[in-house]
Amino acid sequence: MAGTEERTDIMAVIFVLISFSLLVALIFLAFFIWSVRSGQYEDQYTPSVRILFDDKKEKPIKHTNKNNKE
Amino acid sequence: MALETFRYDNRVVRKFAVATVTWGIIGFLVGLTIAIKLFAPKFLGYIPELTFGRLRPLHTNAVIFAFAGNAIFLGVYYSLPRLLKTPMYSKLLSNINFWGWQLIIVGAVITLPLGFTTSKEYAELEWPIDIAIAVVWIIFGWNMIASILKRREKHLYVAIWFYLATFITVAVLHVVNSLEIPVTLFKSYPIYAGVQDALVQWWYGHNAVAFFLTTPFLGIMYYFIPKASNRPIYSYRLSIIHFWALIFIYIWAGPHHLLYTALPWWAQSLGTVFSIMLIAPSWGGMLNGLLTLRGAWDTVRESPVLKFLVVGVTAYGMATFEGPMMSLKNVNAITHYTDYVIGHVHTGALLWNGGLSFAILYFIIPKIYDTELWSKKLANYHFWFATLGALFYVIPMYFAGITEGLMWKEFTPQGFLLYPNFLETVRQVIPMYMIRAFGGTMFITGAVLMVINLYKTARQGTFVPEVEDSAYPLVKKAEARGTTPFHRWLESKPVMFSTLTLIAILIGGLVEFLPTALIKSNVPTIASVKPYTPLELQGRDIYIREGCNNCHSQMIRPFRSETERYGEYSKPGEFVYDHPFLWGSKRTGPDLQRVGGKYPDSWHFMHMKDPTSTSPGSIMPAFTWLYTQNLDTSTTEAKIRVMQDLGVPYPQGYDKVANADLEKQAASIANDLKTNGFDADKNKEIIAVIAYLQRLGTDIKASEHKTASTGNSRSGSATTAGMN
Repeated sequence: MAGTEERTDIMAVIFVLISFSLLVALIFLAFFIWSVRSGQYEDQYTPSVRILFDDKKEKPIKHTNKNNKE
Repeated sequence: MALETFRYDNRVVRKFAVATVTWGIIGFLVGLTIAIKLFAPKFLGYIPELTFGRLRPLHTNAVIFAFAGNAIFLGVYYSLPRLLKTPMYSKLLSNINFWGWQLIIVGAVITLPLGFTTSKEYAELEWPIDIAIAVVWIIFGWNMIASILKRREKHLYVAIWFYLATFITVAVLHVVNSLEIPVTLFKSYPIYAGVQDALVQWWYGHNAVAFFLTTPFLGIMYYFIPKASNRPIYSYRLSIIHFWALIFIYIWAGPHHLLYTALPWWAQSLGTVFSIMLIAPSWGGMLNGLLTLRGAWDTVRESPVLKFLVVGVTAYGMATFEGPMMSLKNVNAITHYTDYVIGHVHTGALLWNGGLSFAILYFIIPKIYDTELWSKKLANYHFWFATLGALFYVIPMYFAGITEGLMWKEFTPQGFLLYPNFLETVRQVIPMYMIRAFGGTMFITGAVLMVINLYKTARQGTFVPEVEDSAYPLVKKAEARGTTPFHRWLESKPVMFSTLTLIAILIGGLVEFLPTALIKSNVPTIASVKPYTPLELQGRDIYIREGCNNCHSQMIRPFRSETERYGEYSKPGEFVYDHPFLWGSKRTGPDLQRVGGKYPDSWHFMHMKDPTSTSPGSIMPAFTWLYTQNLDTSTTEAKIRVMQDLGVPYPQGYDKVANADLEKQAASIANDLKTNGFDADKNKEIIAVIAYLQRLGTDIKASEHKTASTGNSRSGSATTAGMN
C-alpha cells in the first residue's frame, strides 16, 4: 500500500479549503487596505459618538400612516 | 449642496421582528420536545416524523437560521440605514429577502420531519433548498452593499464591517459545503467523501458558528449597546482591532471539531493554535461591550434591554473562553461526543444569541410603534426566566458531559472497562436530561412572557411605517473634481458588478474543478475496502433519513478506552466511499463504526422494533415503520449512477443489474431471519438497514477477524496488523 501517497491523496480537499480560506482572507485584506487608505480610521472618536445622535432628528410621519390600527 | 430628506422603512423591520418571535417560539418548542424524548422516549409515541433523529435537525435549523437568522436581518435592516443615512437600496429586494427566507424555513419545516436530509450538521437541507438559500443570501448582500454605496455617511461604523464579513463568508461557506449531485428531487450525494467530506463540513460548521452566530451579533452589540445606554462604545479603536483580528483568525480554527479523528495531525494542531488565539479578540470584544457601561451600571437596573445585552455579552465571553479550552486535546478527549458540547453551544445559543435577539426586540418594537414598553416588570420576569432557565439547562449538561466522558474512559485495576455496557453511562445522566428539560421550559416560559409584552406594546402604540431623517449627501472625490453623475454611476457599478462576477466565477469554477480533482483522490487506498452493495447503500440512506447519526458516531478515536469498547480505531482509508461521511458529533448511543458482525441479524431485527427488548432501559426510539414500509428500489439505478459519477468503482453498467443483487442479498437476510423464527419480509426497509449495519467497519476487520467475528468487540489494538 502506498503509505505517504495515500495520506496526501486522501486529504486533497484541504488544499481547496485552504484556498478558499485564503480567498476570503484576501477579500478582507483588500477591504482592510481600502479602509485604511480611504481614511476610515483617521478619526477614532466621533464615529462612536455620532451614532448616538440620529434618533433626535427622527420624526415619525403620522399623516402617512395607513396602518394605525395594527 | 442641499440637505436631503429621506425615509427609513419600518415595515420590513416589523416583519422580521414578527418572524423572529414566531420562529423562536417554534424552534424552542421543538427543542423541548426532543429534550423530553431523551428521558421519556415514548413521549408523543413512535411517529416517524416526530422521532429524535428527524426533529433534532429541525430544532437546530429553526433556532439558527429561523430565529437567529431573522434576528440578524431585524438588526441589520434597523441599524444599517440609520448608520448609513440612507434607506435600504431597494424595498423590493428587502421584501424578496424577507419572504424568500421565510419560504426556505417553511421548506425546512416540511422536508426535515419527512426525512429529507443531507445529514451534514446545520446544512441538512436538501439541494433545492440549498439553491434557494444561496439566491436569497446574495439578494441580502446585494441590498446591503448597494445601500452602502449610496450612503450619506463617509465613515462605515464598525457594526457595518461585521455585517459585511457575515455576508461574504457565509456565502462562500454555504456554496463550498453544499456541492452535491442530485439523485432525485429531495436526495443528493455530496461530491466529497469520508475524511474530505468531514473536513469540509466542519470548516463550514465551525465558521457557520463564527460568521452566522457571532459576527452579525457582534455588529448588533456594537450598535445596540451604545444606543440602549446612550453612551459611545468604550473604545472605538479596540472595536476596529477586534473586528480585523477576529475575522482573520476565525476561519482557521475549524479542525478543532475533528481532534483525534483521521484528520492529519498538523491540521488538528493548526486548529488548536488558532482556537487559543481567538480568546484575545473575543475577550477584547466582550470587554469593549461591557466597559461601555462603566459608570452607568445603574441604567442596567432600569433597562431590560441592557440586562439582556449584558448577560448576552457575558455569556459570549464564557463561551469564547470555553471553546478554546475544548480545543485543547486533553480537554477534548473528555468532552467530545458528550453532552458537554450541548452545554457549550447552549451557553452561546440561549444567552448570547437569544439574549441579544430579545434585547433588540425590546428595543426596536417600542421605537417603531412610537411608544414605551408595555411592562418593564414583565420584561424583567422574562430576563430572570431566561437567565435561570439557561443555567438550569447548561449546568446539568456540563455535569452530564463530564460524567459520560469519565465513565467511558474508566478502567478496572485489572484493565477492563469499568462500564462495558454503554447503557450504564446513559442511565447515569438521565436525571440531568430531566433538569435540562426543566431549564428549557423556564426559558420558553420567559419567551412567552415576551410575546405578550411585545403584543401589548404594539397594541398601545401606533405603528410608524416610515421615519424621516435628513443628511447632506456624501462628497465624493471624483465629484469634487467636477465630474458628472455618470462617473459616479460608473464608480459604483463596477464594485457591484465585480462582486457578483466573482461569486459567479467561484460557483462555476467549483462545479467544474472540484468533482474531477476530488474523485481522483477518492481512489481506494485500502485494498480490502469495497463499495457498498446496492442493499447496503439503500440501508445507509435510510440510516441518514432517520437521522441515526444524530445520536451515534462512526469514528473510533485512538484511545485504549475506545478500542476496547468499540474495536480498532478508524482509518481515513475506510471512508472513501462514504458520500456523505457519517462520523457524527454526539454519542447519545454507542459508536457504530464496527457494529458490523458484532450481533446476529436477529438482534438488530428485535432491537429496532423495540430497543428495550434487547437493551433494557434504552432510550432509543422504536423504528416500527421500517417493518411495514417497503424499500423503494426505484431509486437504486440512479443512486448507483451518481456514485459512479463520483468515482465509486462499480463496474460499467452495474446500475442495470444492481436491483437483482439487492433482491438476492435481501432474500438471504430474510431467509436467515426466518430460519431463526422471525417473521421477516425481504421487501421491507428493515432488511436494508440490517444489511448496512452488518457491513459497518467489517472491511478491514474481515481480513483478521474470521476467527473472532461474532459477538466479540474486545478486539483491542492487535487488529492493526490486518491493515498492512
